[in-house]
Amino acid sequence: MQLAAYLGLIHRAEGELGQAFREIGDGHAEEPDVLHVCRTLAAQCEVHHERLSPFPARYGEGAPDEPERLHSTLFSGVRSGGLGLLRDLQDLYLMTCECDITWTVVGQAAQALRDTDLLAVVTECQAETAVQGKWLKTRMKQAAPQALVVAS
Amino acid sequence: MGEQWPPRVDVSLADGVVEHDVERWVSSACLLCSNGCGLDIAVADGRIVGVRGRGEDRVNHGRLGPKGLFGWQANNAEDRLTQPLVRRGGRLEEASWEDAMGLVAERSRRLIEERTAGAIGFYTSGQLFLEEYYTLAVIGKAGLGTPHMDGNTRLCTATAAQALKETFGSDGQPGSYADVEHCDTLFLVGHNVAETQTVLWSRMLDRLQGPDRPRLVVVDPRRTPVAAEADVHLAIRTGTNVALLNALLHELIAHGWIDRAFVDDRTVGFDELAATVEPWSPDRAATVCGITAAEIRHAAELLGDARRLLSTVLQGVYQSHQATAAACQVNNVHLLRGMLGRPGCGIYQMNGQPTAQNTRETGANGDLPGFRNWENEGHVDELARLWNVDPMVIPHWAPPTHAMQIWRYAEQGSIGLLWISATNPAVSLPELRRVRSILDRDDLFVVVSDAWLTETAERADVVLPTALWGEKTGTFTNADRTVHLSERAVDPPGAARSDLEIFLDYARRMDLRDRDGSPLIRWEDAEGAFEGWKACSRGRPCDYSALSYARLREHNGIQWPCTEQSPDGTERLYVDHVFPTTPEACEAFGHDLLTGAVIEEQEYRAQDPGGRARLRAAEYTEADEVPGEEYPFALATGRTLPHFHTRTKTRRAPELQAAAPDPWVEISAGDAAALSVEEGDLVAVESPRARIEVPVRIGDPRPGTVFVPFHFGYFDAPGPEEHPRAANELTLTQWDPVSKQPMFKAGAVRVAAI
Repeated sequence: MQLAAYLGLIHRAEGELGQAFREIGDGHAEEPDVLHVCRTLAAQCEVHHERLSPFPARYGEGAPDEPERLHSTLFSGVRSGGLGLLRDLQDLYLMTCECDITWTVVGQAAQALRDTDLLAVVTECQAETAVQGKWLKTRMKQAAPQALVVAS
Repeated sequence: MGEQWPPRVDVSLADGVVEHDVERWVSSACLLCSNGCGLDIAVADGRIVGVRGRGEDRVNHGRLGPKGLFGWQANNAEDRLTQPLVRRGGRLEEASWEDAMGLVAERSRRLIEERTAGAIGFYTSGQLFLEEYYTLAVIGKAGLGTPHMDGNTRLCTATAAQALKETFGSDGQPGSYADVEHCDTLFLVGHNVAETQTVLWSRMLDRLQGPDRPRLVVVDPRRTPVAAEADVHLAIRTGTNVALLNALLHELIAHGWIDRAFVDDRTVGFDELAATVEPWSPDRAATVCGITAAEIRHAAELLGDARRLLSTVLQGVYQSHQATAAACQVNNVHLLRGMLGRPGCGIYQMNGQPTAQNTRETGANGDLPGFRNWENEGHVDELARLWNVDPMVIPHWAPPTHAMQIWRYAEQGSIGLLWISATNPAVSLPELRRVRSILDRDDLFVVVSDAWLTETAERADVVLPTALWGEKTGTFTNADRTVHLSERAVDPPGAARSDLEIFLDYARRMDLRDRDGSPLIRWEDAEGAFEGWKACSRGRPCDYSALSYARLREHNGIQWPCTEQSPDGTERLYVDHVFPTTPEACEAFGHDLLTGAVIEEQEYRAQDPGGRARLRAAEYTEADEVPGEEYPFALATGRTLPHFHTRTKTRRAPELQAAAPDPWVEISAGDAAALSVEEGDLVAVESPRARIEVPVRIGDPRPGTVFVPFHFGYFDAPGPEEHPRAANELTLTQWDPVSKQPMFKAGAVRVAAI
């Protein structure tokens, strides 16, 4: 069984996403809504991370043997200005997409294993991940015209 | 069922004037709070000399509050602006209208050429008339095409609108003020009606101190005059409304105090709501809210066996943490109990300012006019046809830019022209040091339309002198959908003009045209604008189509919707329990209440409520800035009875000024003793952002909470450097993620004797 590998992936992805929400929120503190919603969503990711902790005992440690790519590629420090905000939110958006699809994969395995505990965690966490993505999309749609067309 | 509220006609005339001296009584309504009391303006020798309540008016039955009785004197103040001002060499100097408006149009054209209309923002008020808002909305949306239109109403009424959209699919106050006579239980949530709407409070008091008294449940961290009348006063910690309301909903469900048939037939979302409130036992909420579980249980019992429940909500919810989420939970109480659309069963999601309702209807607050949905292409097409413009001109690609974001864009330099009408953000917005720094930016061209040289106007590049209420004609609508026509009684002073005339002049100078090359704005006066608005509102929930100036002159004070089928207006919405929640009808598909993430059309359609109301659930979260070691007190700002907004008018009415000449900080007796301060002592109130110095009043807020009235600025006081006193020096720049209403009842401060 290879589920351990995916448990490792989602564990790491949620950890990275939580950290990125925190860093980007704090880095854009002059946008108070971004700061406060990012903090809330970072806390959500930390809860997701925590809720996964019983399952390595059940299915193995599952440390991913592949290097982390997305976070290190996307995220190299907070940017500034309207365009910088847009780019940072876009990085977060891609990271939520990775979490979302990884939850989907883990959820498929949970169903095949009839593991209702794991399935409940996947269902509840993935629903929150989906809202995280929707918030990022909402905020980016709001910011894009001003940042790309009006600001110099 | 209750009896009619008896009339009592209140009159106030200038010293030495008796009714016999009055040459004309001119029909109007009061513009100094959201109650919208009907009154007549007394005129003699071309001046306003007083007011008289109209006994037949459905809103006030002749009564007037202190602001209504005395506020009219401001019109006659000696220091009105009478000539446009233009900044030259750093100083504001008198100029002609031609010069002033020429400058505004020239700067607008240049910015549009260089950066599109996204470089222009409009920041309006809760004080203009419907005709002015609608004209501006058409100029902004169909002419210039800017998404940056909002106003001071974001600070007072945005959550009311949003909560109604989230629950019922569209804005629109369901209840009637007559529900006060019919209810058997009153539930006032964060609504100090004794200070904010005195005539509505006297209507409630006549019930509370009369026969067949309704029970009263009050949620307020202060022991207000309203709380003093309550059967249960829930003096919760600020920022914990959702925890309390979830516990009340928990009790209603746990005890079966719900109308199961109504819930099953007329609502969606019960299972999620039940699951969300399930863990919120009174014991748990009591810990979070800082009150006893017994108080919560008692309140729930009163709500649970009410037969006709009337609930009201205002700034204690709207300007607090989780504003929209909490306001929706009050709607949920009514939906669970099936108490809606019949006498005594009202919800007043109140408005703060007198004409705030009209900004929401007409779209001067950024929404699309007529409660249309910016995500519904059909709605955008309707407007494009009405205005005869390309739908692409109308900004509908994202939510309209809310007030705080407009200021942020100005701070970042991407908005280069900000036109502020009839409001005073240099005193009313949060974190004033930041607001002043934005107004003072060299790359921001600030236009201010006002009747006085306010703290904001002093920092403007162009100041346009405006006519006030009583000096122009137009309509406005109160918090129970009552439309009043307010007639011009006297001429404005000097060269002052109405905001409508100013906007029409701007549209001509900008040469705004429709797709056939005809002038975009097809009216030249207030009645023409009203007719234009009627066409825009036709078929929408706020339908004005059977109203007219002639009709309002016959009978002033008619509630929308007013159509050919209901020519006398409509007292209550949703009497058939059919709600505008279909995807075709609704004003918004809604938001996630925690983050404000937009629910997209496809997702909404998948769960089409099909005319049923939506029970919106929300988990409680803790506020971000809470009292701690360094800043141990919770701050709440708010109103005091004699004053309105930033006192531009009420400072100029001697009786009102005498009643509250200076600001103060209200603290509890226990806290005052611990700080070794007494009534009248000057103290420093300091937040992480700034400090003010004000005298102490010993009051009865919840211990650990302090209250500062927000009305006081600097125009009649020493400058901020010498004696900082505006409450908004202290407040934080943060807003509700759904309604975008700034949080004025939040943040932490410390208090120290000076």
